[in-house]
Amino acid sequence: MNKVRVRYFASIREAVGHGSEDVTTSAETLGALRDELIARGGAHARSMARGKAVRVALDQVMSDESQPLRDGCEVAFFPPVTGG
Amino acid sequence: MAPRVSIQTGDFDVAQEIAALRAGDQRVGAVCAFVGTVRDRNDGAAVSSMELEHYPGMTEKAIEAMIDEAHRRFDVYAARVVHRVGLLQPLDQIVLVAVTSAHRGESFQACEFLIDYLKTQAPFWKKEETPQGARWVDARVSDDTALARWGIEGGNG
Repeated sequence: MNKVRVRYFASIREAVGHGSEDVTTSAETLGALRDELIARGGAHARSMARGKAVRVALDQVMSDESQPLRDGCEVAFFPPVTGG
Repeated sequence: MAPRVSIQTGDFDVAQEIAALRAGDQRVGAVCAFVGTVRDRNDGAAVSSMELEHYPGMTEKAIEAMIDEAHRRFDVYAARVVHRVGLLQPLDQIVLVAVTSAHRGESFQACEFLIDYLKTQAPFWKKEETPQGARWVDARVSDDTALARWGIEGGNG
């Protein structure tokens, strides 16, 4: 099991009701962690559902869901970015 | 060494930023600057204000990496990015990208590269206040297309 810090931004942060939480997980990849969060149901399922545009960062670097999780890492889920 | 990236709630002074960027550098023959501002309309609705959120830490790192990449691709001397966050209103400045080089071509290109890159890869999100209520701005496919011109897969829209 890995302990990771999960962070949410923008519409996903609003939907789940907080900006970060510590999660203990058996997920081995970022994608598996997303599925685990979706499986909670409720706001997580609605805001992070498969088919929705959700981007993911690992330790503050834009990443993809195939990347492996490491103990103590920071994973962020957010919608497509709209700065500039 | 002056910072290359600033994320701030306050406004910026373009003339001051450009003066600082090229100060003492006699090699510079061209400065190109892009300023993004808040429009009063977006996607068919009136916009009275917008709130800009970002991912502190990642934002700075991501833009620093973009500037490194601009230096690898283009023969430029210095680059500066200032991006505001928090509550903004129509007419307000949002973002400054400024680049110096010996000749105009390189700074024009690097400036456009940086803003294209920033729009699809830097973790900022805009929420607009409209007569129908607040709404998160949707990413544009055209922004990914703009980035693709530089041979980079955006995957944002």
